[in-house]
Amino acid sequence: MKTIKYLGLGFFLVGFFIFTMAIFSGYFNFTEQELDCYISEKGYKSERLKEELLKSIVTDEKLSIFEFSSKVRATFETSNRHHEILISKYNSEKNWTKKGEEFQYKVSGKPHNLSFEIAKKAGKGFFKDQPTLAWWLTLGLGIFGALLFILPNVILLGKPVIKNDGIYHESATNRGFIAWLVLIYLVVFYLLLYFMPDYVVNWTFIFDPISNALNGGNASQWFVYGFLYCAIMLVMGARMYIKYRYNKYQIIRTTSVLFFQIVFAFLIPEIMTSLNMPGYDFKNAFPLDYDFFFEWNLKSLQNSGAIGLFILVWGIILTIIIVPVMVYFFGKRWYCSWVCGCGGLAETLGDPYRQHSDKSLNAWKLERWVIHLVLIFSILMTVVTLHCYFSGTSSLLGIKSQWIKDTYSFLIGAWFAGVIGTGFYPIFGNRIWCRFGCPLAAYLGFVQRFKSRFRITTNGGQCISCGNCSTYCEQGIDVRAYAQKGENIIRSSCVGCGICSAVCPRGVLKLENGPEKGRINPTKILLGNDVDLMKLLND
Amino acid sequence: MKINQQKMEHIVIIGNGIAGVTAARHIRKKSDKKITIISGESKYFFSRTALMYVYMGHLKFEHTQPYENWFWKKNNIELKEGFVTKIETDKNQLLFKDNSSLFYDKLIIATGSKPNKFGWKGQDLKGVMGLYHKQDLENLEKFAPNKGVCKRAVIVGGGLIGIELAEMLRSRKIPVTFLVRETSFWNSVLPTQESEMINRHILEHQIDLRLNSNLKEIISDENGQVKSVIIEETNEEILCNVVGLTAGVSPNIDFLKNTNIACNKGVLVNLYLETNIPNIYAIGDCAEQTHPIVNRRPIEAVWYTGRMMGETVAQTICDKKTEYKPGNWFNSAKFLDIEYQTYGWVFSEQTKSENEGCFQWQHPSENKCISISYDKNSHEFLGINTFGIRMRHEIFDQWLSEKKSVEHILEFLADANFDPEFYKSHEAEIVTKFNQEMSTNIQVKKKSWKRIFSKV
Repeated sequence: MKTIKYLGLGFFLVGFFIFTMAIFSGYFNFTEQELDCYISEKGYKSERLKEELLKSIVTDEKLSIFEFSSKVRATFETSNRHHEILISKYNSEKNWTKKGEEFQYKVSGKPHNLSFEIAKKAGKGFFKDQPTLAWWLTLGLGIFGALLFILPNVILLGKPVIKNDGIYHESATNRGFIAWLVLIYLVVFYLLLYFMPDYVVNWTFIFDPISNALNGGNASQWFVYGFLYCAIMLVMGARMYIKYRYNKYQIIRTTSVLFFQIVFAFLIPEIMTSLNMPGYDFKNAFPLDYDFFFEWNLKSLQNSGAIGLFILVWGIILTIIIVPVMVYFFGKRWYCSWVCGCGGLAETLGDPYRQHSDKSLNAWKLERWVIHLVLIFSILMTVVTLHCYFSGTSSLLGIKSQWIKDTYSFLIGAWFAGVIGTGFYPIFGNRIWCRFGCPLAAYLGFVQRFKSRFRITTNGGQCISCGNCSTYCEQGIDVRAYAQKGENIIRSSCVGCGICSAVCPRGVLKLENGPEKGRINPTKILLGNDVDLMKLLND
Repeated sequence: MKINQQKMEHIVIIGNGIAGVTAARHIRKKSDKKITIISGESKYFFSRTALMYVYMGHLKFEHTQPYENWFWKKNNIELKEGFVTKIETDKNQLLFKDNSSLFYDKLIIATGSKPNKFGWKGQDLKGVMGLYHKQDLENLEKFAPNKGVCKRAVIVGGGLIGIELAEMLRSRKIPVTFLVRETSFWNSVLPTQESEMINRHILEHQIDLRLNSNLKEIISDENGQVKSVIIEETNEEILCNVVGLTAGVSPNIDFLKNTNIACNKGVLVNLYLETNIPNIYAIGDCAEQTHPIVNRRPIEAVWYTGRMMGETVAQTICDKKTEYKPGNWFNSAKFLDIEYQTYGWVFSEQTKSENEGCFQWQHPSENKCISISYDKNSHEFLGINTFGIRMRHEIFDQWLSEKKSVEHILEFLADANFDPEFYKSHEAEIVTKFNQEMSTNIQVKKKSWKRIFSKV
């Protein structure tokens, strides 16, 4: 069994290595004909741009993606600067016609994204030519190896009971060397994905056949991400099933997050795209879905007929009615650890790291400041955006709509939710984003704290203060602090993953939805002591 | 403020376990008295019951500390590290190993227990240890870091700590021989059905369980370290590198030998937890009741009772003299993978009295079973043992206080279930068996939130 496990690890590492090395493979260039074709397809009008591109990337030389990217970016910059100079020249000459003409020659867009688009056409080599084979050598081998590594645990873990043996002895799960390597890899992965997609254009070639089959177009970096997300959740979901195979709550919950990620977040939007509809994730509620009220989205929904209107109404009802009503009945767990994609990744890929969340009081203070500030930020951004959308202006109270949207997307959408939120899993725990950043979680938290039937019940006086519950709480709640006082745990941040209950050696904790009366039960003296004393002090 | 403090009574607590710390917290809640907690074991309070999880790699030591380090200063509870060597009761003074001293106005002795040693030959060799103190954990880490260094460990004494130590060692794949004096594991406490289930479960974990076996002596190698043990009954020699002595605990009160504080096995206290010397109290494992409470032993070395005594003595010290009156008995443990909870009194066949009936149910394949004891004449419910099924403390406490009938318990058993959501419940099977055995016709009532939370 152990041999199979290590063989699996070997396969996984080979697949993983090939996948990583794919970045450096292949070459990029255009023939003159290909360039003409691209320029007309894109509708670029600038002669200068064409000249420069001819000079830089129409070559026999086999450029690496890094050389190619830097040439392309420099070219766009040169061309744009050329036209800017002309604009200011015509401006000073008060030659308005010429100045207006000049604007159409400028190309807008982030340099790495412009470069990605050209690279997608200009790429050559193994990954472009043999995507199916490449898929099997990278994803195929990786998934196969990972499963081979994980599945023997059915036998190796012994009896189906909670097994946390050795978690703090292993480098990978005890903030050791391996954990730091994983952190660096994840952070770099997210930085490339968000900010330098052209560097990973080779990855997108691997997914072109699948993307074409699903939505009729070639794969973007987001398709790669979406696919990897689902694949990783499935593989680590298998690990989850095995680790908690005795615990029906965990089995059902894991099935639920996998279903919602694969069907709702991945397949349905892809299929909608292939049917020329706006690709929409029906479970992604505003304000987590922060661009729902952005102009481009509203316009796209307006132009999509009945389905667009339906999505618009659904999105609003989801946030205003469905989400809070469900939180009233079941707690925010129904969303955060049963449905949400971020939660889904945290509960599968992130499960081995759940013990790293900071349980200190200071961390809790920080959490309340940061998450509520993000909520305010997202609402402010949306108010500005909607105001500008309806009034046709470009700012509200001096806040420019474009600026606040860009800032939010960059700081919160990319850095907080992605680079930090997932990248920092191995050292800082798996729910950093959900705990400190997610504006939807903050909103659900209010409902859960003040108007909900959900609680974690503490079983009378049975707590022995061992600390397993607090340690394995991914949200950094000091569960023990409540349990050892005989108090129920009512916290806005609790996502109801149920692990505190699973790791408790004395059967002290139970997640349940019950009457609101008596949900919050402060006690001074615990159950088990003198009845009169308890009555005297607790009443 | 400073002056105020000086006028304040100085409460000194020896021992920072659950009893001492609970007392300190409750005194602080009710007063501004000056509080000092003394410990030679570790500066900050930690949960002794969690030491095993540190060795097993579930937790780090810091996770066993229920309060962050700033907590003590914030609550104005002073922590002093040191070993008390002598109490001068006439001068209200403590003397320490490092020759320092400390005055007190009121003193609480909460020094807990130490592992029993019955004068076995070789009991103080290197590699022989209990599992009680933080230092025992460090010792275990030194002598049994892995199965290479520790080829086998022998555990002497089949109680709760013994089985925990076995579980710990097995988590590092160290072969374990488990010497149990009784004919079946913990059968002085557990009914046969349960004791035998645990026997089987121990064997399932590849632990070499030796029932009816006593330790004769521990043999040393040339370096004064454990080499082997000899079994009393068979004279068999078992080679091993570590010996765990887990044959119960006794009060840790050797430092009181030459004082005028009355002691038997433990520090003798009355119902108010007062010793024979005014202003000195004893609580937790080290206290011995001169008049034990019904069914309870004079010394109760249990986490929960330590905590309750702490809660109680704090009232007395804060001028609200309160008798120690623990409510309905409850306890819990975990035997390897099997969780155990008990509410009220269930006695083993060896100890139960004539009028006690016992209804038992066991799952055909899984490690789950329950025993419900009741009065044969009045059918009053007396207690329940539950293995592998979690039950609600509040509900059982209420049923016990209200002296419900055993039939009532079975009818409303679903209300008491505390297993996680979606778990399979067994009330129907349990009640069917009860109906067959007792010729009753009880119908299981569906769980009702209203009933469950009617009390609170």
